[in-house]
Amino acid sequence: MTQPMVLAENVHKRFGAVTVLSGIDLEVQAGEVMVIIGPSGSGKTTFLRCINHLEQVNAGRLSVDGELVGYRESNGKLYELRDSEVARKRAEIGMVFQHFNLFPHMTVLQNIVEAPVKVKKVGRPEAERIARELLSKVGLGDRADAYPSQLSGGQKQRVAIARALAMEPKLMLFDEPTSALDPELVGEVLDVMKQLARDGMTMVVVTHEIGFAREVGDKLVFMDGGVVVEAGDPREVLANPQHERTKAFLSKVL
Amino acid sequence: MADWQPSALQLERQAYRRSRTRRSALIAFVSTVVVFAAVAIAVVNSPGWSRTRDSFFDLRTGWHDMPALLRALWTNVQIMLICEVIVLVLATLIAVARTLQGPVFFPLRLLAAAYTDIFRGMPLLIVLFLVGYGLPSLRISALPSSPFILCIIALSLTYTAYVAEVLRAGIQSVHPSQRAAARSLGLTHLQTVRHVVFPQAVRRVLPALLNDFVSLQKDTSLVSIVGVLEVVLRAQNFNSQDYKFVHYVFAGLIFVALTVPLTRLTDWIAARQGWNGTGGGVV
Repeated sequence: MTQPMVLAENVHKRFGAVTVLSGIDLEVQAGEVMVIIGPSGSGKTTFLRCINHLEQVNAGRLSVDGELVGYRESNGKLYELRDSEVARKRAEIGMVFQHFNLFPHMTVLQNIVEAPVKVKKVGRPEAERIARELLSKVGLGDRADAYPSQLSGGQKQRVAIARALAMEPKLMLFDEPTSALDPELVGEVLDVMKQLARDGMTMVVVTHEIGFAREVGDKLVFMDGGVVVEAGDPREVLANPQHERTKAFLSKVL
Repeated sequence: MADWQPSALQLERQAYRRSRTRRSALIAFVSTVVVFAAVAIAVVNSPGWSRTRDSFFDLRTGWHDMPALLRALWTNVQIMLICEVIVLVLATLIAVARTLQGPVFFPLRLLAAAYTDIFRGMPLLIVLFLVGYGLPSLRISALPSSPFILCIIALSLTYTAYVAEVLRAGIQSVHPSQRAAARSLGLTHLQTVRHVVFPQAVRRVLPALLNDFVSLQKDTSLVSIVGVLEVVLRAQNFNSQDYKFVHYVFAGLIFVALTVPLTRLTDWIAARQGWNGTGGGVV
């Protein structure tokens, strides 16, 4: 068995007195697409943010590609990594947000080349060439010089995906990428994500798009109250949920 | 659209609006004339008007000494320009220092906070006295003794505190999701502040920044109290020769003329707030 891309063991996360994650055990193999569904407040987004250390784990272990996230272990104790070391590891993990979070003061092209130039020290002409390639891949080859405010939601999200891909990540995290979009625009973003999955990208996707989970997912995880209630093959879980809680949730979204 | 014809209802609306516009213009005109006439009559008929006129509105004397005032103005402009550069650099450093996270930077944050608290609260006049007379009285030869440099230090100390707070407000107004996006791409904290947060922050607070600089321009007039020969001290010298206050009136007008372009620029930028990068809409 090869080393999993993401390995979560008994991950806990609290915000003050509120426990958001109470013991998550999950693993994602390289090339797999894991889809996480669940009601609001179930901890899906927090778990995703823990994977690239935007949130610190309070207990348990979380590693990406065999390395602990945000910590280093020495003599059985964990030490938090320095800012620059955390940044270096994050550079290998792409993330796409519910509200796109494009940089409004930069053009589409600048949004995409910013990280490769500043973090990976790629030359600007080379970075721009790659950026234009990615833009045509997501169907926006002609919008390189537009500002984010001139784009539709679906276009913004496709730019955000291109921006994450420009860092050539080995893992992509999607945090409800289509939840802020008009129903008509959801399809264009999902198409890009499906293509990405076919190309072999390892993906963790938090979403309410059950159809996407069924079609693309290798594993479906249903979370509620900070724990994994049920996990398994998407078609299996969707057709034949074992837990009452899963059944209740699915009856509302299907 | 070319063959669009307004409906009867639309024509009626337009006629009504035109009549309202005419009415408001007329009211504005009449009320302006009445108010100004009343003020002028009251002033001219006041018991001391003839003495006031001779002292404050002796335009011939004022005009005659104007070139000397303008030469002195060069000192104000120099102080202003040098201070603006120093203030921008220092204020940026302090504002960014206050965003640094982690216990290691606690002393730095504390220092920056204490500095802004003290110099935002202390009247500029007192800072000028303390720096202008206090530093030289230490008799440390390494310290500058020229009043020109001392007043630049005093003005910079005070205005850096103001501008640092304006910049910090701008930095805090950038939504945390922008930081999350930048960090998720692998940018370090400082890279995130420099390339993502700060450019957006500056665009948002530009009107407030320019406002502070207008204020700085005016406050260069206060340095006369530590003996720097600038416009106001020049006017004061003339005043002590002929006892006329017209020199102050002219000095005041010079400052107005100096700040008007900057205030117009401020308004123009504020009106353009919808431009790319502010994040907000044009509502």
